[in-house]
Amino acid sequence: MKKLESSLKNMTVVLTSISVIAGGLLAYVNEVTQGPIEQINAKNLTEGIKKAIGEPTAKLQKSDTLKSGDIVYTTDKGIAVASKDPSGFGGDLEVLVGFDNAGNVKGYTIQKSSETPGLGAKAKDWFQKGAKGNIIGKNPGTANLKVTKDGGEVDAITASTITSRAFLRAVNNAYQAFKNGSANAASGATQNTQGQAPEDTTTVKP
Amino acid sequence: MSNFKVLMNGIINENPTFVLLLGMCPTLATTSSAINGLSMGLATMFVLICSNVVIALLKDLIPDMVRIPSFIVVIATFVTVLQMVMQAYVPDLYATLGIFIPLIVVNCIILGRAEAFASKNGPVPSFFDGLGIGLGFTMALTLLGAVRELLGTGKIFTITVWPEDYGMLMFVMAPGAFIILGYLIALVNKLKKS
Repeated sequence: MKKLESSLKNMTVVLTSISVIAGGLLAYVNEVTQGPIEQINAKNLTEGIKKAIGEPTAKLQKSDTLKSGDIVYTTDKGIAVASKDPSGFGGDLEVLVGFDNAGNVKGYTIQKSSETPGLGAKAKDWFQKGAKGNIIGKNPGTANLKVTKDGGEVDAITASTITSRAFLRAVNNAYQAFKNGSANAASGATQNTQGQAPEDTTTVKP
Repeated sequence: MSNFKVLMNGIINENPTFVLLLGMCPTLATTSSAINGLSMGLATMFVLICSNVVIALLKDLIPDMVRIPSFIVVIATFVTVLQMVMQAYVPDLYATLGIFIPLIVVNCIILGRAEAFASKNGPVPSFFDGLGIGLGFTMALTLLGAVRELLGTGKIFTITVWPEDYGMLMFVMAPGAFIILGYLIALVNKLKKS
């Protein structure tokens, strides 16, 4: 077959039809994969919450999105807060931190990060119980959760101070959200899971 | 050229990483471990084969003056399909490769093969060209990833060879990638000469 001539009509028709076919194909694949992707995200969240508060049987009761963008998840076994810091080494660093009623850190997971593999990516183990930068059991309200270089009491990950700083900022943000969230809960402001939302929080169904 | 020759050409004579030096960004960035290199190579190979075949089939229908935008649309479609499928069925891998999957669209290997090979040949040789170049890229990335992982963390494919404390951190980071790549290219050249 002879190659089509580069006339305006041919070019328009060919480019348009290629784009339309591509668009149709993508719409179909999107339709097929949308369900599994949502399931995986939901599963990651519930697994993360369970791990953060260290209770594998915890059930999510409600979640409140605060003005700051942090999300407070209340379960029957404790509270987990999703928070993030925009200045990780490779962008956003999202954490889920579990707190007991006094505000002590029960555990954490890293939900999303773009840290360097082998360096900043170690954050998922580094701050756990028994590891060098242990933050478990500490209370961000009383303990100074900053890296030692900044006058705090947490050992930063070797060669990953930027990641460590971002992580600890996110944990401290989470603590603020926990305090604000539980203050509201104490006054009964966020007890409703649906219906009228309190002024400074928007309530979403779990 | 027979199909077998086309295939071997992509793996050895025109190896995209060691000979053509194309697609350096994903090569240097994703090879911090052998498994990451392997997955990136396979993802690229999938897109390369699909886009090569489709472009070879469409080459007479595409007017010369709009061939680049047409190629890009075809390539971008396959990359987006791959991205959605990976996100849905292999989320762990997707989390590791992350940003580099959408960037396959602008990987010069793929557009380069579309322009240099698929737009001049039929679908069957184009398939073998995609397979050959894809395998060459995958092998190069896996090799680079394995060496970096071994020197940096003492593991290959997460199997410990020696304790992590003896690892040289630099090789997991970007400078290590450049150094290892340089040595591997030298080694490949030496082997090809003899």
